[in-house]
Amino acid sequence: MSRAGWIRLGAIGALVAAVEALCRAGIVSPLRLLPPSAMVLGLGPLLTSATMLAQVARTLADVGIALALAVMVGFVVGAVLSALPRVRAVVEPLLVSYYAVPVFVFYPFFIVVLGLNRYPRIAIGFLLAVVAMIVSTLNGFDRVPPVLLKTARVLRLSRVETVRRVILPHAVLYVSTGLKLAVAYAFIGVIAAEFIMSGDGIGYEIAFAFNNFDNRTLYPLILLVLLVSSSLTLALHAWERRYVARQTTQEAR
Amino acid sequence: MTPRAVRSGVDGLLLAVVLAVIWEALHLVVGDLALTSPWQTALAAAALLRSPDFWPHAAETGGAVLRAYVLAVGLGLPVGVLLGAHRLSGEVAEPVLVALYSIPKIALYPVILLLFGIGMAAKVAFGTIHGVVPVAIFAMNAVRAIDPIHLRTARVLRLPPIALTRSILLPAAVPGIVTGLRVGFALTLVGTLMGEMFAAQRGVGYVLMQAMGVHDMKTILSVTLILVAVAVAVSVAMLRVDRRLHHGATPAA
Repeated sequence: MSRAGWIRLGAIGALVAAVEALCRAGIVSPLRLLPPSAMVLGLGPLLTSATMLAQVARTLADVGIALALAVMVGFVVGAVLSALPRVRAVVEPLLVSYYAVPVFVFYPFFIVVLGLNRYPRIAIGFLLAVVAMIVSTLNGFDRVPPVLLKTARVLRLSRVETVRRVILPHAVLYVSTGLKLAVAYAFIGVIAAEFIMSGDGIGYEIAFAFNNFDNRTLYPLILLVLLVSSSLTLALHAWERRYVARQTTQEAR
Repeated sequence: MTPRAVRSGVDGLLLAVVLAVIWEALHLVVGDLALTSPWQTALAAAALLRSPDFWPHAAETGGAVLRAYVLAVGLGLPVGVLLGAHRLSGEVAEPVLVALYSIPKIALYPVILLLFGIGMAAKVAFGTIHGVVPVAIFAMNAVRAIDPIHLRTARVLRLPPIALTRSILLPAAVPGIVTGLRVGFALTLVGTLMGEMFAAQRGVGYVLMQAMGVHDMKTILSVTLILVAVAVAVSVAMLRVDRRLHHGATPAA
């Protein structure tokens, strides 16, 4: 591990130890915050209980569906918009200010239209994730050097062929940024929707434990959500870095 | 008005008309219960803006957003600039920031509520944790991206720290920082509203949550319409500044 990695580990360890000490010393009451060690120990029973695992699986499945839809639709919409500059100019303000709008307010609308089941949650996850994907795709397509596009025209590549052979290899880094954001947003959307109103999923379990002052379940659950979402993001982050490193060495050769 | 300004005005109008038409069509398909028509909603929004009951809520939310934003910028900006200027600390902190950016912060809502109690403090804290991370990340990257040759030139010219900050660091980093401020504002707004939805007895988020509870689609949509209008206006204004700075920073190619 790099030096920065060790320092990071040390800093996080020190922070956790400090919180642990505050909790153990009784300065922070267990009614407010559970000691980190108890949170970790609480994960055990959580991950061995079949009902809880089913909830986790359900949330992950919903996130997966929302993400897959968002990535496909977002990429296609982004690609189409980049080919139609006039339409793009019209839609641009919507794309830029999209994340200032709390998308969750449309949740009741989806419940009325789709019923109180998993689909409204998937819809919210999708709506949050898709715009990140559109914006990143546009961004990626913009960065393709014009000379390559001209070459493609000279070689009479078809539109699809141009996208596959010229644009995609160049845009993949930006698209992967979109993917990273889309993973985060799909998670945020699905869990928030579960939290607001639903009958299952991790978000629902968190809300349920909270409303019952069941801190022994609440904190391990929160820890679980944080662990799952940050390990996903960090894995994508690491992959992206390796990709950049490989590309730059290739270009240097 | 310049032709360009006219065109962007026309584009804005076009976008509004297209969205209204889609909305009306959806309304005709799913009916009044799920989605009130755009015209009804606009009327309801106008009535809401005239009613004396709405303004205390709006003022409450405005105050909370302002406080949360001041905190987010006050914390995020210095931290981001420091992390950008000092290489090792940047490397240590970056993955942590990225992970923090992507966790579903709604999962932290019970923690915030247990730590701060219901009321202004909890909302402001919730808004701040949403806004602070993007402000820090963008500031860090902006400072990091300063061309080392400029810094070396400054050393050769023996610029004192104040002159260095004024004539090199600020002009080079401000465009990136402003982008962060824009994104941070949008997220602070969303975060504060979400905080209000669960942890308040006043504010626009509270009004929304009440309406969601009794399925009052007209109120939900008219409040949303007002929110979207405010959010879009603010982010378009900030985007103008952002674009102008970016344009000024890079020589015309």
